[in-house]
Amino acid sequence: MPRPTPQPNVRVVTLRIDDRDLSAREDETLIEVCRENRIPIPSLCHLDGLSVWGGCRLCMVEIAGQGRLVAACSTRVAEGMVVQTDTERLRHYRRTIVELLFAERNHVCSVCVSNGHCELQSLAQRCGVDHVHLPYRQVPYPVDSSHEMFRLDHNRCILCTRCVRVCDEIEGAHTWDVMGRGSDCRVITDLARPWGESETCTSCGKCVQVCPTGALVKQGTSAGEMVKDQHFLPILARRRHAQ
Amino acid sequence: MHLEDLAEQAAHYRNEEAHIEREVRVCVAASCQSSGALPVLDALKSACDSRGAGSCKVKGVGCMGLCSAGPLVAVADKECDLSESLLYRDVTPEDAPEIMASVCGAPVERLLCPTDQPFFSRQQRIVLENSGLIDPDSLRGYIAVGGYAALIQALTEMTPADVLREVTASGLRGRGGGGYPTGLKWSTIAKMPPGQKYVICNADEGDPGAFMDRAVLESDPHRILEGMAIAAYAVGASKGYVYVRAEYPLAVERLELAIRKAKRAGFLGAKVADTQFAFEVEIRLGAGAFVCGEETALMASIEGLRGQPRPRPPYPAESGLWGCPTLINNVETFANIAPIIREGGDWFASIGTEGSKGTKVFALAGKIQNTGLIEVPMGTPLRDIIEVIGGGIPDGRAFKAVQTGGPSGGCIPEAHLDIPVDYDSLKTLGTMMGSGGMIVMDETSCMVDVARFFMEFCMSESCGKCIPCRAGTWQMHGLLDTLTKGQGTRADLARLEDLCEVVRATSLCGLGQTAPNPVLSTLRYFRDEYEAKLLGDRAP
Repeated sequence: MPRPTPQPNVRVVTLRIDDRDLSAREDETLIEVCRENRIPIPSLCHLDGLSVWGGCRLCMVEIAGQGRLVAACSTRVAEGMVVQTDTERLRHYRRTIVELLFAERNHVCSVCVSNGHCELQSLAQRCGVDHVHLPYRQVPYPVDSSHEMFRLDHNRCILCTRCVRVCDEIEGAHTWDVMGRGSDCRVITDLARPWGESETCTSCGKCVQVCPTGALVKQGTSAGEMVKDQHFLPILARRRHAQ
Repeated sequence: MHLEDLAEQAAHYRNEEAHIEREVRVCVAASCQSSGALPVLDALKSACDSRGAGSCKVKGVGCMGLCSAGPLVAVADKECDLSESLLYRDVTPEDAPEIMASVCGAPVERLLCPTDQPFFSRQQRIVLENSGLIDPDSLRGYIAVGGYAALIQALTEMTPADVLREVTASGLRGRGGGGYPTGLKWSTIAKMPPGQKYVICNADEGDPGAFMDRAVLESDPHRILEGMAIAAYAVGASKGYVYVRAEYPLAVERLELAIRKAKRAGFLGAKVADTQFAFEVEIRLGAGAFVCGEETALMASIEGLRGQPRPRPPYPAESGLWGCPTLINNVETFANIAPIIREGGDWFASIGTEGSKGTKVFALAGKIQNTGLIEVPMGTPLRDIIEVIGGGIPDGRAFKAVQTGGPSGGCIPEAHLDIPVDYDSLKTLGTMMGSGGMIVMDETSCMVDVARFFMEFCMSESCGKCIPCRAGTWQMHGLLDTLTKGQGTRADLARLEDLCEVVRATSLCGLGQTAPNPVLSTLRYFRDEYEAKLLGDRAP
């Protein structure tokens, strides 16, 4: 990863988010400022320490004077910006997106090893999803248990690509990638070979820890037992940059 | 090289052909080839040889426009009036001797295709000015009609700022669909600090029923190279890419040949026309993903990455290919550049409407008499395009709607046919200019089915990166499928409309944001057809 160029002349701007006046460095994104100030912004693909992806579209916010919604993870702050993060319209969109995810693959929480520790599950609860209005897609996908320590269940995957990014950007192995199109996209190891046969995987387990759902888990866990720890990521990422 | 040298060259090439009494032009673009133009070309060549050496010439040329009447053959006799060539339609190899034997004033009546019909007379050709006249494989042919003069003029007589001024003054807007002012885009990239910059020609034409870019590349490939080189000079780029879909093998072949010949002749390379300006062009082939026509996905694909879009900003003008400032324009946009430099920006701005200048190439397809390629000034009423130029609907059926803008556009009903076609007027109708595909539908078309078709297209072309597009198009397609089968309820219709809004507002790239347009526009104008298909009238 290229070392970030030092920017001694970064200015500080003030902006207004949800009727609160805040200050921010001009190279910060909206989601960073919100998280810093404990303004909850949902996201399933963004993770502090990884590159911006902009895929889940849950962090969409309204900016005064702009007709279009913007994704908070990929939008830089600007002087005088007025942002709304929690309007009626946004809540409706977020709930619909979460429902789209539930209907897309098999997310049956009661039998999931990540039950109770799943970002998708807790987000659905926060968005008030009590049932899914959309028809379920019900396409079965394989489960890859070939790795001696970890397991990949495509049925629980939401294609956030956190695993792809952490493996490439932090571990430097680039074992993971994405193949296919549309709803049939799959994360793959090496050139779509079983994970256990991967020649690039270092078995570091970072992909498992950053996975927001029960798609990537440790072998031998039972329903509700898979607890993930993502604290290492920002620390590791900052040390990388500081070198 | 100076303009005078080039003019001398052009005159020389024209003189070489001066002794030819009869020129026979056979359309060898993809459409006519598929209806058998190559055997016709061979047959005419051997008929020409037997007629006597030197007096006649048979050459393959680019698209003449009226694809539905292909293979097309044009015959120009010097003893008649050279400007008025005869056009023959549906020619077979067996007709060749008869065509060759026919004399001036006594054409082969049964094959004759009148050239004074509105299809030809109502067009104004700028982008297609050489199309159907010159041999796309011949650099000499291009130079003979004034090719590369605009590039030499720009390099030797104009500063980059002069070029930018002309392009800005022309009012040209991006022909890929968005309609972003070309001059503004160029100026932005020119203003970026000096260093590596790129010029990309987007030839990943993927809309169903659109074939404008293919025809331009197949008919006049040097024109694109010239436009790109002028652009590179104006913005300070030294490297260009043409991203063309691999499904256009003929266009790729002709473009490759054109690049080789232009390089050998010094119109591309380290010292373009003996000036200090350097410009190289490479071809990159698309692997069949529609989303790669989106600029950020296209650049990812050129870089060798998975072809999927990324959030903008940063825009390509600031951080594009490999992080460098990148100018990315459509084929037709580049095809307009040489005439703008040659004739001046004000000339171009005098054509078209207030907000949309110049002409636009449209591909007429579907239920229309004259299927093919046309070029008309911006502001031409839609009714003229369909009923006069297009010749109306075949089989005595009634017109129902015309679909513009491909899967991102919408359908326009009979009631709005008198609207003058430009970027802004189409937007008010809930559709868009798009790249120029026009699919005409008659009374037998079911509009719910049309919406379902386009949604299926978007669903299978979604890259899968963002959730609203990936899962939303699947859901909308399912709902439309249920509706077309007459099994949908009022609640399904409400859900469809709701999903349209979510997908439009939250998708990452243009493909997702505009995927609901075919549904929204058919709902706007043909809601009764949706209602008629509902199962019972249950409350949502």
